[in-house]
Amino acid sequence: MSGYTSDPRIRWQESLPWIIGIAAFFLLPEYLSLGARVLIYILFALSLDLILGYAGIITLGHSAFFGLGAYTAGVLSAKYGLTDPFLQLLAAAAAAALLGITTGAVILRTKALTLLMLTLAITSIVLEIANKATWLTGGADGLSGVKVDPILGLFKFDLFGKTAFIYCLIALFIGWLVVRRMIYSPFGAMLTGLRENTARMHAIGAPVYWRLVLVYTISATMAGVAGALLTQVNQFVGLNVLGLEPSGDLLVMLILGGVGRLYGAFVGPVVYLIAQDYLAKQYPEYWYFGIGVLLIVVVLFARGGILGIIDKWLQALSRQTSSAKASAR
Amino acid sequence: MAASALETDKLCKSFGALTVADRIDFRLEPGARHALIGPNGAGKTTFVNMLTGAIAPSSGRILLGGEDITKVNQAARVRRGLGRTFQVTTLFRSLPVLDNVALGIAERDGVARRMWKAASKHSEITDEAMQLLATLALTSDARTPVKDLPYGRQRLVEIAIALGLKPKVLLLDEPAAGVPSQDSGRILEVLAGLPGDIAILIIEHDMDLVFRFAQRITVLVQGQVLVEGRPDEIAADRRVRDVYLGEATHA
Repeated sequence: MSGYTSDPRIRWQESLPWIIGIAAFFLLPEYLSLGARVLIYILFALSLDLILGYAGIITLGHSAFFGLGAYTAGVLSAKYGLTDPFLQLLAAAAAAALLGITTGAVILRTKALTLLMLTLAITSIVLEIANKATWLTGGADGLSGVKVDPILGLFKFDLFGKTAFIYCLIALFIGWLVVRRMIYSPFGAMLTGLRENTARMHAIGAPVYWRLVLVYTISATMAGVAGALLTQVNQFVGLNVLGLEPSGDLLVMLILGGVGRLYGAFVGPVVYLIAQDYLAKQYPEYWYFGIGVLLIVVVLFARGGILGIIDKWLQALSRQTSSAKASAR
Repeated sequence: MAASALETDKLCKSFGALTVADRIDFRLEPGARHALIGPNGAGKTTFVNMLTGAIAPSSGRILLGGEDITKVNQAARVRRGLGRTFQVTTLFRSLPVLDNVALGIAERDGVARRMWKAASKHSEITDEAMQLLATLALTSDARTPVKDLPYGRQRLVEIAIALGLKPKVLLLDEPAAGVPSQDSGRILEVLAGLPGDIAILIIEHDMDLVFRFAQRITVLVQGQVLVEGRPDEIAADRRVRDVYLGEATHA
């Protein structure tokens, strides 16, 4: 996927997420709140896939942008009375973009482990700020009293999460459209070049550092929007959107689904959050154990994640059918 | 005197007490076919790395087409027309051959930052890349990931990428290194067919290739230019024979 040899037309399989999403809306009305959370995490994972899967930037700090977006929307609503949902998203996007470009400009001069530690440091710093600035963020108690106007003045956020689900589905659809376009474009091809070989990128005249800062900022912006969506849907924001844990969860989700495949960002959060929801109800104390086993299985037996396994099966299947056809002749 | 394609002026590089480039004055004429040779450790790689901007010289100047590029970074030098190939293949290994070439062309054309239209629909890029691959007889490999190609063909992709940048000056760092001898002829053919307006500096150990390809040769020994001249002059030079070619070698 992506690059100068790939066909950019949308395949029928790519409509599956949307069919499943709409079907879930009608068939699983009692799970719509969980559903909205899944959709938000898909958008968040999509933003990570852009930098990790395509551009090869390794990070444990992506929650900094998600969290900043979440707090921007929350604070503007609870403290400054800005209750328009789209203005909240816009402000969150702008704040995350600003943090993305400034931190990216500093840390993207480094690579590998140094970069990983710096990304982690940044989200830890933002977490600490949110924790200490209680007058603004509510600190460890979180920030309640977040109000969001009805969308377009028509659709109120309801208790069952109907509005929230459709709202997030539409937001995700737009995010997907943008990311998909991007990865099939020359820019997307260029990103895979950054991932594959930076020495070669220098030698073809690409300003590697600026390109990294650019894609990092785009990704940060998307993560900020995802964070703001979470605040709007929950009408609450707490410290759990920042720091290592949400970053690590996100990384696990993407690895589960498959890195650098676009739809790994869809499969991963679905599997992870549903497993978490189920396991947490069944085994409240040991649910992380189940997630751990899942991750070990995927990393040991399916390096391409769940989508990687499916790809292999489909290839084996098509080989079988073609050889069956050949022998039938 | 007309401007040279590439020139160095008393270029020096030392790492601590170790001097690896000592006041190198070097001149590459437009359209030249020039070879840089020298025994191991003569400082050839350091010299090339300074030319491309991978390392900064301790002192001295580098001029590209008469303009001082000493302080210009690597990528910007490429955009000004200084192309190179690597001694060890440096490719986008899991990407198809076409993408390896197209990424460079897109950078040259300023298309690499376009985010909306699909890459495969940018026919100005893909057509040019396919044409280039055709001239190197790589058409049938266009969709093959580079890592699945035999090494000799990977070396050709290396050259193809550099040519796609339409350089004015091309540095070929051991283009035939590691290529089995039956394939090195193909590389020589390609080198012989390169456009005459590109000034080429080749760093090569294969003396056969050097003497067939180059019109001028510079011999580097211990970070200094020992001698520069036509191939027959170099082959006849007693000092060169002593330090490098050995008594048995003849042109």
